[in-house]
Amino acid sequence: MSIAARFRVDYAGFALDVDLDLPGSGVTALFGRSGCGKTTLLRCMAGLERGTGKLVVNGETWQDTSIFVPTHRRPLGYVFQDARLFAHLDVARNLDYGMRRSAGAVPKVDTAAHNSSKRAGIVELLGLGPLLDRLPQRLSGGEQQRVAIARALLTAPRLLLMDEPLASLDHARKQEFLPWLERLRDELDIPLIYVSHAPDEVARLADHIVVMEAGRVVAQGPLAETLARVDLPIRLGEDAGAVFAATVAERDAEWHLARVEFPGGELWVRDNGTPVGREVRVRILARDVSIANSRHEDVSILNLLPATVLAHAAEDHPSQVLVQLRVGETLLLGRLTRRSAQRLDLAPGREVWVQIKAVALVG
Amino acid sequence: MLSPADLAAIWLTLKLAGVTTVLLLLIGTPVAWWLARTPSWWKGPVGAVVALPIVLPPTVLGFYLLLLMGPEGVVGRLTTAAGIGLLPFSFAGLVVASVIYSMPFVVQPLQNAFEAIGDGPLEAAATLRASPLDAFFSVAVPLARPGFLTATILGFAHTVGEFGIVLMIGGNIPDKTRVVSVQIYDHVEAMEYGQAHWLAGAMVAFSFVVLLALYWLNPTGRRRT
Repeated sequence: MSIAARFRVDYAGFALDVDLDLPGSGVTALFGRSGCGKTTLLRCMAGLERGTGKLVVNGETWQDTSIFVPTHRRPLGYVFQDARLFAHLDVARNLDYGMRRSAGAVPKVDTAAHNSSKRAGIVELLGLGPLLDRLPQRLSGGEQQRVAIARALLTAPRLLLMDEPLASLDHARKQEFLPWLERLRDELDIPLIYVSHAPDEVARLADHIVVMEAGRVVAQGPLAETLARVDLPIRLGEDAGAVFAATVAERDAEWHLARVEFPGGELWVRDNGTPVGREVRVRILARDVSIANSRHEDVSILNLLPATVLAHAAEDHPSQVLVQLRVGETLLLGRLTRRSAQRLDLAPGREVWVQIKAVALVG
Repeated sequence: MLSPADLAAIWLTLKLAGVTTVLLLLIGTPVAWWLARTPSWWKGPVGAVVALPIVLPPTVLGFYLLLLMGPEGVVGRLTTAAGIGLLPFSFAGLVVASVIYSMPFVVQPLQNAFEAIGDGPLEAAATLRASPLDAFFSVAVPLARPGFLTATILGFAHTVGEFGIVLMIGGNIPDKTRVVSVQIYDHVEAMEYGQAHWLAGAMVAFSFVVLLALYWLNPTGRRRT
């Protein structure tokens, strides 16, 4: 189960050249600045852009030197940045549009009955019940995107592609929409490739990340591992940081804090109501991590953890340095001045204490 | 009041405009679709040819059509060989001339409507398993509805308003090629101003109603023409 994608596209002033092997399940984020080619790559995978190359999705060849399956014959779902609902059809008919045309894709089962129960399930999952008889122009941006996602899912795709579905939403709509996406991710049994330039979305949703720059892939791998690389965060700038999984172990009613455990340590975080036992994602930005040679009890910082220095790397600004640390089995990044790094003598292998100023639970 | 000859002219005019409009939509839609979407170099020249009737005097167009469809012309020889006979001075010839003459008034609003839709909805349709032809009928045509409305009304009205080319190609044969505009001309020539008034007034009223319908049904129609 995997997706092999190799594409070359040459436009005036822009070239895409990628050779990727992506996992055939879970959420893969294509991450990079605007103009780095991530949307072009997604469009190539959908057959909307015709690059030369090869695309094999879980054993099925969609493109090769002598094969080019046209978009409408590829069993994929595509969610565009701007939703692209059909303005002349109400929500229900938008949903039916793709479902009716992909009916042949699911043989054996009684299609009509199967479709209506499947549709009901997806309508329920994305909360579209009250919107069914509305026209697209009477929906908010977030509602339009939810309809677009449902419409794509109803074609029984074997690959789901999303091109920055949150980009056109304001902050409030984004916060309202993200939980829907998380719910979807947890229910989804097909691979999702998600284009984004927002590190917080990637941290929240992705299992696997591909970092792109100027039409090329500069890094790829499992999310936690890749984000914690010291040679990469330069490109993430202020958003450099580590993301890893943890489990809620305890909730402290007096201080409104929750204790989360991760392989090799524990952290106190703001209690956001997540029940004990639930797995959460924790994100710690490099700028929120400071390092001390000994354990300081007389500071306001709640989270003090013993760690080992693994590596460091220069940052954009010559005064800064990025340090990769290991806490138990978990990798962290810390940013400090080069001067401090020298004063503390942070050579690889050194045992230190990390002080974490802020921890975010990201879904 | 309107004489039987006037009524016959009105009927012939409506028949001509109706047949012409149907043919124009059938021919103009693919032409407009191609013009709206092709990246080809030929887009410019083809668009210019389609638009020629807007600037050419009808007599120029009529003259060339007469030559083409006449006994010595390429089209004329073809129609004779096919057993249809010669087209000039027949209703069929009038239809051919009207289709060419009114083509830009159908193609341009359609082309604008198709261009306004853009690639977005069609790409979305493709990702929802719609073949290009399917997407054309299920997405492009419904979204271009205002364009079709404008094209139909303008094509019909413009054909009703023809004079020069009708006279060149059709002549002035009662029940076959004598349309309202020619009938009015005859009345005026014969100093039958009373008769001319009835028909001319009817034309003014008709044209006004058509244009009013265009603005009312399709508020953006003015920009699309």
